[in-house]
Amino acid sequence: MSKPIVATTSLAGCFGCHMSLLDIDDRILQLIDLVDFNKSPVDDIKEFTEMCDIGLIEGGCCNSENVHVLKDFRKNCKVLVSVGECAIMGGLPALRNNIPIKECLEEAYLNGPSTKNANPERIMPNNEELPIILDKVYPCHEIVKIDYYLPGCPPRADLIWNALIALVTGDELKLPYEVVKFD
Amino acid sequence: MSEQVKFTIDGKACKTQKGTNLVEAAKENGIYIPVLCHLEGIKPAGSCRICNVKVNGRFMTACTTEVSDGMVIENITPEIQELRKIIVETLFVSGNHFCPACEKSGNCELQALGYRYQMMVPRFPYEFEEKEVDATSQKFYIDRNRCVLCKRCVRSVKTKDGKSIFAILGRGHQAVINIDHELANQLSDEEAQEVMNTCPVGSILKKERGYVDPIGSRKYDNKPIGSEIEQITNL
Repeated sequence: MSKPIVATTSLAGCFGCHMSLLDIDDRILQLIDLVDFNKSPVDDIKEFTEMCDIGLIEGGCCNSENVHVLKDFRKNCKVLVSVGECAIMGGLPALRNNIPIKECLEEAYLNGPSTKNANPERIMPNNEELPIILDKVYPCHEIVKIDYYLPGCPPRADLIWNALIALVTGDELKLPYEVVKFD
Repeated sequence: MSEQVKFTIDGKACKTQKGTNLVEAAKENGIYIPVLCHLEGIKPAGSCRICNVKVNGRFMTACTTEVSDGMVIENITPEIQELRKIIVETLFVSGNHFCPACEKSGNCELQALGYRYQMMVPRFPYEFEEKEVDATSQKFYIDRNRCVLCKRCVRSVKTKDGKSIFAILGRGHQAVINIDHELANQLSDEEAQEVMNTCPVGSILKKERGYVDPIGSRKYDNKPIGSEIEQITNL
């Protein structure tokens, strides 16, 4: 029987959740025995080449590209898992959710301490090649159907490991108190 | 000597002094009823509803209910546990609770209840409502993003001559906690720390403190809230 296929992505995240996945230490050797990876920054496969069993989503949706990638994952993965606070509730990027988008951009490109003297022509990136920033940062489950959630910032390596093992083997997910944390 | 009353919680025979509220009575008998707005020693308000139990078949808030002889109390049933989880979830979506960026994380009672009831994601949409931070006080930040309006600070923090330092400003949906800066500035550092500890969430933070406890050694990192009263057997 062929191995289950896993895909991963980082949307509006910091890659901390992917780091936490690597934090399973030598169990990574067991992991590559158990599953194959498809589209993922881990193996640098850029586009889906087959239907995947599990999609791990890090980060929420802050721009149109995030939404596109997330919908692509929903189409190509049987099970989608929101991994980490950003995927679940927007996380730190969502701190901007109460600030008008104009103010955010002006702070980033015109008025911020590192840009106010460095951008004399007062240019704001506005090219059709660039993804459009959304009005706010959205949790993934407000864009597509998400099947499971692994909280944490990042989720503890043991939580990601336990969840992957449970998904692959069909056994019940072990949730010891220490592994479910929101920070 | 005051009168003893007998009652049961989930079938377990319990007794206490007449006049005790249900939260304290359960605690005396080794049973944890979760609280968020209630604080031992101050008059109960019953505002957060997390301590909901069924008394003789009806929902009552345990903190505002005095135990009486023959009461039959249900505390851990799937229905009540689910109700408590829903309350925690509504509090998480109605405020802006960015746990990773909060100094209170790990020592926060709301977060600890989220852990106790294994909230993986709230079932309601996040509101992301705009709330103000007041950092003008010398001793405190008041971050209303995290406030759950439990009124613990309003009810318990008083000056030596009995004046309130905190009060509710506005009504209903617009209600916020406000602070009397003049009175607050007179507090000592120790008193200010006590005020911060009174807040169940990270809404009242003492200034010049920051992240004191490393991850792994904070209050709720390894032990669930309520485990000082009762071991969890059935979440």
